[in-house]
Amino acid sequence: MTSRTSDLSEAAPLTVLDVFVAVLRRDVLIACRRSSEFVNPLMFFVIIVVLFPLALGSDPVQLRAVAPGVIWVAALLAVVLSLETIFRGDFEDGSLEQLLLSPFPTSVLVLAKIAAHWLVSGLPLLIISPLLGILLNLPAHVLPVLMFSLLLGTPVLSLLGAIGVALTVGLRRGGVLMPLLLLPLYVPVLIFGTGVLHSAVSGMPVAAHFYAMAALLSLAIGLAPLASAAALRVSLG
Amino acid sequence: MQAVEAVNAPLLEVCDLACERGDRLLFEGVSFALAAGALLQIEGPNGSGKTSLLRVLAGLSPSDAGEVRWRGLAIGRHRPEFAAELLYLGHLPGVHPNLTPLEHLRMATRLGGWKPSDDALRWALGEFGLSEYTLTPSRALSEGQRRRAGLARLLVSNAALWVLDEPLSALDVPGRACVESALAQHCRRGGVAILSTHQAVDLDNIDDVTHLRFE
Repeated sequence: MTSRTSDLSEAAPLTVLDVFVAVLRRDVLIACRRSSEFVNPLMFFVIIVVLFPLALGSDPVQLRAVAPGVIWVAALLAVVLSLETIFRGDFEDGSLEQLLLSPFPTSVLVLAKIAAHWLVSGLPLLIISPLLGILLNLPAHVLPVLMFSLLLGTPVLSLLGAIGVALTVGLRRGGVLMPLLLLPLYVPVLIFGTGVLHSAVSGMPVAAHFYAMAALLSLAIGLAPLASAAALRVSLG
Repeated sequence: MQAVEAVNAPLLEVCDLACERGDRLLFEGVSFALAAGALLQIEGPNGSGKTSLLRVLAGLSPSDAGEVRWRGLAIGRHRPEFAAELLYLGHLPGVHPNLTPLEHLRMATRLGGWKPSDDALRWALGEFGLSEYTLTPSRALSEGQRRRAGLARLLVSNAALWVLDEPLSALDVPGRACVESALAQHCRRGGVAILSTHQAVDLDNIDDVTHLRFE
């Protein structure tokens, strides 16, 4: 029992950044050990997009016209499908309580969890999206625009989604309620995300849409962690 | 004279606490004060409100009346200061099935704002009989072993207030002895401990033991 006191006095106090990184690494590590966490949403995304050419026929003009909407709606649904993993597992094993009891600001720790969620379920969508763009006959110059719109848009989906999960994590049947709660909130992202692609396809400037999406993203980064942290306190209280 | 008073002043004060769940009054008028080195054991049957009281004390749930003060400050308004000195272990072990006990302990201590060396963490797991399982994912461990992995935090904690919900459930005799000796050591160092249990606990090594009975 003697080694205990000496070991603890050597321990250095951590900064909030250290703890942010620790939470982020933990969640990514857990996701890597349970590969279904990032493979399932990705497969879902791919399959939904592939269903459209099968259902609508292979007319290239028609596919190009529906491509922005199809890709964005599929991305939205894939993110919703994966959202529960942000807090559900931690709620069930009790580590969510420990997160709330940490002396560090809960919103910062929640932001770390959201960032981990985006790395695991948003980033893969972004990476595979050019292939799906080609499948739906999007012109080559639109593919970078597609990726950039997903880069700005999918983090907003994770951030807003965290609020929905935090509100419903204590409910037994939160699974159905959450998409109903969230999908209306996703409408602005959908409008700007598809808008930028339509503009790019028809050769019009895209900057305005990107500015609007960047504004949405900064707003969500600033406010969503605070709202999720408050919602978690209510859900667990 | 003043110094003596400061030492004996209660660390944790609970005034007239009440808690309702739904329409049911779980408890009311709960008041006590605990000084350094004190241990409070909360006893009572299932559903009598032990867990609710502990969650209020840890600041996880709001109380319906009354106040909890730590070092004279209301915990609701001084959360970071209070949280830095609190160790709460709920009835769930808090060990993620995909993390090893060592990773769990590393993460749990970091969340509390400390980074003990891996040797210290291994030693703590060893004390709880998990030295062979430090690198086994927790989902491969038994219920009692997961529980031990959660409790190993007691040995690498520098929190002054321990709030433990049923720490002895699912533990075998050596595991219980380990928790009991950790409690004794904690109180000897001037810490405060609150635990709920419906089992007999050997607390002979602790001088200042209070019992609170829920009906």
